[in-house]
Amino acid sequence: MSADSVKEIVDFCQGIFEDLDFTKAREWKDAEPGRKVIGYMPVYVPREIIHAAGMLPLGILGGGADLEVIHGDAFYQSYICRIPRSTVELAITGKLDFVDGMMFPSICDVMRNLSGIWQLLFKDKYVRYFDVPQNFKDEVGGVFYANELRELKEGLEKLGGREITEEALRHSVEVYNENRQWVNKVYDYRSATPWKAPSVEVYLLMRAGMVLPPEEHTQLMKDYLAAADREDRPMRDNCRIALTGAFCEQPPLNLIKSLELSGCYIVDDDFMLVTRWLLEDVPTDGDPIENLSKAFLHHSAETAAKFEDTVEGKGSYLLETIRKRRADGVIFAAPSFCDPALLDQPMLVSRLEAHKIPYITMQYAENSGQMQPIREQSGTFADSIKLWSVA
Amino acid sequence: MSQQDVIKSRSMLLQKEMIARNYDKITSGEVKVSSTFVPGNLNELLMCFDIANNLPEINAIQNAMRKKSGEMIMEAERSGHSEDVCTYVKADIGMMAKGNIAPNGKPFPDPDVLLLSYTGCFTFLKWFELLREQYKCPTVMLQVPYSADGQPTKNHRDYIVKQLKEEVIPTLEKISGIKFDIDRLREYLRKSAKAEDDLVWMLEQSKRKPSPIDCYFGGVYYMGPIFTAFRGTDEAITYYQMLREEIQERIDKGLGVQTPEGEMGEEKYRLVVEGPPNWTSFREFWKMFHEAGAVVVASSYTKVGGVYDYDNFRHDPDHPLESLADYCLGVYTNRNLPTRVDMLARNIKEYEADGLLINSIKSCNSFSAGQLVLMREVEKLTGKPGAFVETDLVDPRYFSAANVKNRLESYFQMIDQKRRAGGSATTLA
Repeated sequence: MSADSVKEIVDFCQGIFEDLDFTKAREWKDAEPGRKVIGYMPVYVPREIIHAAGMLPLGILGGGADLEVIHGDAFYQSYICRIPRSTVELAITGKLDFVDGMMFPSICDVMRNLSGIWQLLFKDKYVRYFDVPQNFKDEVGGVFYANELRELKEGLEKLGGREITEEALRHSVEVYNENRQWVNKVYDYRSATPWKAPSVEVYLLMRAGMVLPPEEHTQLMKDYLAAADREDRPMRDNCRIALTGAFCEQPPLNLIKSLELSGCYIVDDDFMLVTRWLLEDVPTDGDPIENLSKAFLHHSAETAAKFEDTVEGKGSYLLETIRKRRADGVIFAAPSFCDPALLDQPMLVSRLEAHKIPYITMQYAENSGQMQPIREQSGTFADSIKLWSVA
Repeated sequence: MSQQDVIKSRSMLLQKEMIARNYDKITSGEVKVSSTFVPGNLNELLMCFDIANNLPEINAIQNAMRKKSGEMIMEAERSGHSEDVCTYVKADIGMMAKGNIAPNGKPFPDPDVLLLSYTGCFTFLKWFELLREQYKCPTVMLQVPYSADGQPTKNHRDYIVKQLKEEVIPTLEKISGIKFDIDRLREYLRKSAKAEDDLVWMLEQSKRKPSPIDCYFGGVYYMGPIFTAFRGTDEAITYYQMLREEIQERIDKGLGVQTPEGEMGEEKYRLVVEGPPNWTSFREFWKMFHEAGAVVVASSYTKVGGVYDYDNFRHDPDHPLESLADYCLGVYTNRNLPTRVDMLARNIKEYEADGLLINSIKSCNSFSAGQLVLMREVEKLTGKPGAFVETDLVDPRYFSAANVKNRLESYFQMIDQKRRAGGSATTLA
C-alpha cells in the first residue's frame, strides 16, 4: 500500500482491523502456492522463526467488539475471559480455516488450555504451546529456551517441507529488528507529540502489523509518521498517562477513543506486546537461535507474563516507562477475569503509591459497550491530575 | 448430625494427628520453614535439609472448612485484590492480614524460603511474587514446563534437573546450612514409592461393586499425606498401610462407602468427577451425593498432587533428580487436555462409571478452562452422559446449594433415563 495522508493510512488499517475474515492474510497465502500461515495468540512468540520458514505470522487477538459469539459461549464458562471464546468462535465459523498452525504463548492457564482445545478440535493442524523460561540465566533457562526454539524450528521445517537456514533466520532477524525500530519510533513520536498521533491511530497501525508481512508493516509505519508530521492538529490540554494490563485480550476501540476524549493522552501502553517485547536489536551475527534466546532472557519487557526475580525489580519497568514517557499517571486497564494482570496490579499499585504517582483501575472485555462510566472515571482522573498535580 | 458426631475412621484420626503435628512443627520456631505448593512439591528434597513444608493451599482449605475463608477473601479484596482472581491467593493474603494464625492457634512464622515449585498453574507464580512482597524472604523457583504434547520431553526433564542442581539445591543448602546428601534423598524416595504402591492399590479398589470407598470426597482424605508434608516419611507408609487394612476390612465385609454420617447404603450411581471439590460447604456437597446413593469411583482431583495410577509412575531412588522431574511433569493439571480426556474416559470404562460430573471451579482456570470441551470429548469416547455444576474453592459466595442440588438431581434422573432407554442422554450444561 502506498498512501499519502493519515486518513488513507488509518482507513486502510481500520479495514484490516474490522476484517474478521483476515482477507489480507488470505491474499498473501494465495499469492504463491505452498505458502503457509501460522496464527499466534497475544504476548510473545518468536515471529522471526516463522518468517524465516517463509510463513506469515498472523496475530490473532480475539474477535473484538463486533463479533457475535454464539458457539464460543458453549466452550467457556461465564467466569472465563472473553478472548478464548471469541477465538474459538472465529475458528469454528471457518474464519481461520486458512491458518495452517497455531501458537499459544505461555501467559496463563486459559491460554494454556486453549492449546489443548485446539489439539482436540483441529487434529490436522500444527499446534504449539510456546513455553518460555522463567529462569533468566543463560546456562539454565537459556539452554532450555534455545532448545525450545530449535524444536519450534524443526516443527515448522516439517510443516513447510523445507529447511530453515541460518541465513534465512539472520535475514528475518534483520527484518524484525527494523520493524521493531519503527514501532519504537511511532511510540516515541506519540509520546513526544500525542496530539499528532492519537492513540487510536497508533493502535490501528500496530494491529495492522499483526496481519501484514513485517516488511509491509514497516513501510506503513514510515508512511504514517511522515503523514502525521504533515498534519496540523491542535494540542489539547490533556494529561499524559501510561496504560498497562491490556497485553492479552484487547479493549474495544471505543475504549481507547474514550480515554483520549476524556482528557488522557496515552503516552505508553502494552497493547500487542509482541511488537515491543524485545527491547533491543537482536544481533545478526553468530547463532541466530542463541541470539533470540539471549534477547528474550536479557532484553525483554517486564510484564505479568514473566516472573520477576527480585522484589526490587518488581514494577521497575513500569516506573521507567513513566519516567521515560513523562507520564502524569497510570491507568490499569485489565480484561475481566485476567489472573496475570489482576494479580500483578496490587504489586504495581504499591510501587506507584510509594512514588506518589496517581492511578486508576478499570476492567473491560473486548466487547464492552458502555463507555460512559469509563469516560467519567478517566475524565475525573484527568481533571484531578490537572488540578492537583505539582507539575 | 452435629459436627461432633462425624464418623471418622482410624486412618482419618491418624491423619488428623499427623497434620496437627506438622502445624506444631511449623509454628514451633525450632525449624526452618518453606512455603511451597501441592502440585509438584519437593517434599523429599526439603526433608534433606530439615526444612518444614508449609502449603498455602492447604491453609486456605483448612480455613474454608472452618468457615473462615470468606472473611479472609473479603479482607484481601478490601486491600485491592480483584473479585475475579484465585480465591486461594486471596484467602492466603487475607489470612496474613488477620494475624496469620495457623489452625493450631499459633501464629505462622515468616517462611525462611518461598519454594516456587509449581506445576499446571500459572497463578502460583504470581502468588509467590505477592507473598514475597510481604515476607521479603528468598524465593527460589523450579519452573516446570507444561506437558503440552502429552508427554514430557528430554528438554523439559533436563531443564528441571538443571534447575534443581543449580538453583534449588544450592539455595536450600544456604538457607538450611545443611549440605545436600543424595543418598538421603534416595532413601526418602524409596519410602515415597512404598507409600505410593498402597495409594494406587487404594485408588483401584473402587473398581469393585459396591465400591468400598469414595474417591473424591473420601479421596481428599486419602491423598492428604502423600500430596503434602509426608511423602517420603515412615508416617506416610504407616498411614497407607492402615488405610489399606481398613479398606480390605470393608471389602471383606462387603461394605460400601462410609460417609461422615455413617454407611451410605445402596450404591445407585457410580461417577467419575473432574475438578476440585468445594471446601466451604464440603459436607453439604458430599451429602447431596451420598443421600442419592452416588459414589465417586474416580476423580481427577486425586491426581492433582501427582499421578500414580495412569502410567504407573513411582519415585525412583536410582534416578533421584530425574524422578523428581518426571513427578512434577506428570501432575494432572500439567498434562494437556487430550491426555486429561484420555484419563477420564479410561476411568469411566475401567471403573464402570455411569458418567462424568464436572465441578467447575470459578477461581481455578487451570482445571476449569476447557472443561466443557473435555466433557463432550469424554461423552463421545464413552457414550456416558456428562454434567456440570459450578462452585468455588474457598469463596462461600459461590456455592449455591439449591442450584447444585437441582443439577445433580437432574443428572441422576438422566442416568436413570439412559439406563432405561439404553440410549445416549443429552448433556446437562
